Amino acid sequence: MKNEKSTATPFWRDTRVIPILLQILFVVIVVIVGTFLFTNAMTGLDRLGIKFGFDFLSNTAFFDIGEKEIEYTPKDSYFRAYLVGIVNTIKVGIAGIILASIVGVLVGISRLSNNWLVRKVSTIYVEIFRNTPLLVQIFIWYLAVILQFPKIEEEMNLGPFFISNRGTALPWFDATSGSLLWIIFSIVGLIAAVVIRSRLINKQIETGKITHPGLWSIAVFIGTLLLALLITRSAPFTLDYPSINGRLYEGGYTLTTGFQAMLLALVVYTSTYIAEIVRGGIQAVSKGQVEASKALGLKNSTTMSKVIFPQAIRIIIPPVTSQYLNLIKNSSLAMAVGFPELVYVSQTVLNQTGRAIENITLVILVYLTLSVITSIIMNIFNKKFQLVER
Amino acid sequence: MPHMSSQANLQQPQKRAETPPPKTSVGVIGWLRQNLFSSWANSLLTVIVGTAAFFLLKAIFTWVFFGAEWHVVSNELNFLLIGRYPEEEVWRIWTLLLFFHALLGLSWGFGKGIMNSIAYTIGGLLFISMLLPFIEMSTRIWIIANLATLISFFFIGHKFPKVKKITFVGWFLSFPIVIFFINGLGILPNVSTNLWGGFMLNILLAVVAIVCSFPLGILLALGRRSKLPIVKYFCVIYIEVIRGIPLITVLFMAKFMLPLFTGGIEVDEVVGAMVALTMFSAAYMAENVRGGLQSLPRGQFEASQALGLNSTYTTVFVVLPQALKAVIPAIVGQYIAIFKDTTLVLIIGLLDILEIGLSMIAKPEYIGLDMEVLVFGAVVFFIFCYLMAHVSRRLEKSLSVGNR
Amino acid sequence: MKKSILVLLSVFLLASIALVGCSSSEESTESSVLDQIKDRGVLNAGINGELPGFSYLDDGDYVGFDVDFAKAVAAAILGDANAVEYSPLTASERFTALQTGAIDLLSRNTTWTTSRDVDLGLNFGGVTFYDGQGMMVRADSDVNTLTDMNGMIIAVETGTTTELNLADQMAKLGVSYQPQTFDNQEAAIAALEAGSVDAFTTDKSGLVSRLSTMADSDQYKILDDTMSKEPLGPVVAGGDDKMADLTRWVLNALIQAEELGITSENVDSFLSSDDPVIQRLLGTDGNLGEQLEVSSDFAYQAIKQVGNYGEIFERHLGEGTVFNLDRGLNDLYTNGGLLYSPPFR
Repeated sequence: MKNEKSTATPFWRDTRVIPILLQILFVVIVVIVGTFLFTNAMTGLDRLGIKFGFDFLSNTAFFDIGEKEIEYTPKDSYFRAYLVGIVNTIKVGIAGIILASIVGVLVGISRLSNNWLVRKVSTIYVEIFRNTPLLVQIFIWYLAVILQFPKIEEEMNLGPFFISNRGTALPWFDATSGSLLWIIFSIVGLIAAVVIRSRLINKQIETGKITHPGLWSIAVFIGTLLLALLITRSAPFTLDYPSINGRLYEGGYTLTTGFQAMLLALVVYTSTYIAEIVRGGIQAVSKGQVEASKALGLKNSTTMSKVIFPQAIRIIIPPVTSQYLNLIKNSSLAMAVGFPELVYVSQTVLNQTGRAIENITLVILVYLTLSVITSIIMNIFNKKFQLVER
Repeated sequence: MPHMSSQANLQQPQKRAETPPPKTSVGVIGWLRQNLFSSWANSLLTVIVGTAAFFLLKAIFTWVFFGAEWHVVSNELNFLLIGRYPEEEVWRIWTLLLFFHALLGLSWGFGKGIMNSIAYTIGGLLFISMLLPFIEMSTRIWIIANLATLISFFFIGHKFPKVKKITFVGWFLSFPIVIFFINGLGILPNVSTNLWGGFMLNILLAVVAIVCSFPLGILLALGRRSKLPIVKYFCVIYIEVIRGIPLITVLFMAKFMLPLFTGGIEVDEVVGAMVALTMFSAAYMAENVRGGLQSLPRGQFEASQALGLNSTYTTVFVVLPQALKAVIPAIVGQYIAIFKDTTLVLIIGLLDILEIGLSMIAKPEYIGLDMEVLVFGAVVFFIFCYLMAHVSRRLEKSLSVGNR
Repeated sequence: MKKSILVLLSVFLLASIALVGCSSSEESTESSVLDQIKDRGVLNAGINGELPGFSYLDDGDYVGFDVDFAKAVAAAILGDANAVEYSPLTASERFTALQTGAIDLLSRNTTWTTSRDVDLGLNFGGVTFYDGQGMMVRADSDVNTLTDMNGMIIAVETGTTTELNLADQMAKLGVSYQPQTFDNQEAAIAALEAGSVDAFTTDKSGLVSRLSTMADSDQYKILDDTMSKEPLGPVVAGGDDKMADLTRWVLNALIQAEELGITSENVDSFLSSDDPVIQRLLGTDGNLGEQLEVSSDFAYQAIKQVGNYGEIFERHLGEGTVFNLDRGLNDLYTNGGLLYSPPFR
């Protein structure tokens, strides 16, 4: 059959062949352009006497990084320096995502408040921070807000918190010998509590008897924690309180100025976008739902948490995911305020090693990985909420 | 029901005499009661938010009118707006503005509606800058000429709706005209791109990125939905990779890596930045367009196939117009984003408004005036971004998309 | 039908390979940087752009010591000191810009080190400014030497030798400190002025330059300690000796001119000089310019349009300026400095 047909019409007019030809043409163009660029780069590097490769990563870095979550000294390798940068990017990313979500949801709901003043204030907040460039905001937060905090000699002291233009110090957890056991026990207890709760709920639905699932699950969880206390005979962690020694903070956990400025800017900027998404999501829930729950005599807060929000969240999650991705990518602007995240570290490494292509490739790969991980996590969330629906 | 609300009471006429008169819901007090003090929780909220807002406003007011030293902005206004563009060639920018105001006036004349807010904002800006005390006389004359052009062309457009065609042609040609005037292209004295700067550079970069990324984005979106696997995966990879990396990485590649890859061919810095912004924006644009394409019901494709349209006609005349209309808000949102993102070019050393501002506060006479310069930059961006967002909302309403 | 596709595919692949072969063979006849500059008629120079005295924007034009050197090179190659396009670069961008050919000449207070010269594929064109790393602290602090700096936060520019020296020096002295890196000096200075960091370290000339622009300059002091040798000089891309040679000899010409007492004002009167040394320098005799592949009066143009080394120094950094820098090491060897030009012969 096929053979007959192909002899009947010339192959360049066959609708099945044309797409293939087009694609081959496309591939050829891409290959030619790609090879042209590649050979140019290689000859260029050759002329300079630079070899392409990633082996430089094991060389000693020699530069210090101000803010690090993992052990690092100038004697460590470039690879280790990269890790420090990646961890810092993740740190600002996670903190930013959590805070921006909280602020964003609050502002989004405020924009629909029946209180006129709250509505106007939240609208102004959104319009101002949405319509100005993030980089300008970062500079304003850093130069005009964070650096204007009191000097360390006259620091503000709010309970265990210290605030100065050296950064903000807060109490932090310190692991004890029993910490690991505590963690294991609390995870086991949590799983047991969740399992018991869902079992009891099922039972309640089947039999109609009241089984107190909430009470039981809490009791199980507290029981496991008590068991952990009996075995370890110590608290899960001790709190390490910060103090000021000379001109530095000691103990606790210090949020540096660069980190604070970056976090503030990212949270404020992203929260305006999240607020608009949340508002849109809530408004998209049909009015009938609200009226129905009012007719059932549900309180306003119950209507919001049990009726509107579960439906709105399905609309909200996909666009919020891309805002989370934007937040992570925008954290690369931290180089403006000296917070050593991924791009910042890569610039320093690049400057010392001169390996432009390799460093850019590394940065791109790390960002793509972070994006993929974030997308996967958000997809899991998305699936979960889609199932909750009917 | 164990408990009855006062509203339920009202609906029972026989009991009306016993209930107190309904709370007034008209007049100032009624409005206040309804909107600010409807319950004790609401009243508390009003008081807290109101107090906070009052003190914030007071602080901002005192700073703007008494604390801030605006001479840094007034002295260097030219520099902030047009950068190092040679003084003797500034007339070109003014002429361009005249051209645009003429077009705007014409469009305003027969367009009305949405054009109103644009024209009022631009006219208002011109009017305010005309009244500024510190500008030179020649500048003032140019501004007045611009304002006059805007208004007179409004009346022309209003009286003769036939100029519509000319106006569209004008808008269409405006892009090459801009490049010609600003650069010179050999006919006028050449002003090389490294003298382009200030807010003008931000606008130029944004306009080029917006204009060029639009068709590119549509192509990518169509490619992504194409049945040809190679084309499809190429588009998918391009879109996802670009969307996965920060803009500064793309800009950095454009400035420092492009010369390496192109061999002997030299790429102008500003052009490089334009290419980077365009390529970056196109990936996002493609996703927006794809969203519009997906929102179209299958019936549209089937109907046009039934009419015997081939796939090109279906795409161009049936699918795309509807798809684009559905995602206008998203597209404008992307335009606003790319406009704001033009400030990032300072990282590759271009003298945009932010870089010029930052370099100014390094000068001895302006030390410590960071806030003034940064706030000025923020306000300039705010005006244009807010205007774009506003127009997009109006457009959305008039096309009645968005409220599904 | 399948066969025809296979045939077509192979034809296309062959064609593309052939095309690629063509494109890569074209590559081998690439012109040198010097020729590119001449064709273009403009020198692309990378500068700091934010360092008063060395290169910064003044009334819309870049001025300073480093800028003048770029102008001298442009005058030597193109005969026009103003045929320069400046690219302001941060410390961490500068080498990539050179390597990829985005700029022809880097005149941006860059320290000459082994690894930069060898591993980064760069060529240094001599030393325009002998410097050392210094430390700036608040005047009212009780810090007098580096050893007093225990437990302090020190601001440092990222991607610089000073960042590396700081780690070295403090480790040697056993001083524990906390570095805070900045991508530009503006942010570092802002942090120092606000008291967010205790000290700022960079080249001493940079510190002096900064100090001159600070609002309350008497509030700060520069420690006497010099932490390192910082020979700053112009850089060009490696693998292209012509450009490196030219840069080096333009610098030598500026130094030689000062030694001979030739300035931008009196250079014309030297054109008729009988001294063969002067004749060779100014190109009235010999073919030194031809050897460097520029016009024979390249040194004359540089001196005439920009001035000799001493003039440039005095114009931007010397006594008449806010910086009031001593010539120190940056004086002719005859005056106890390190400037010494090899003979023009």
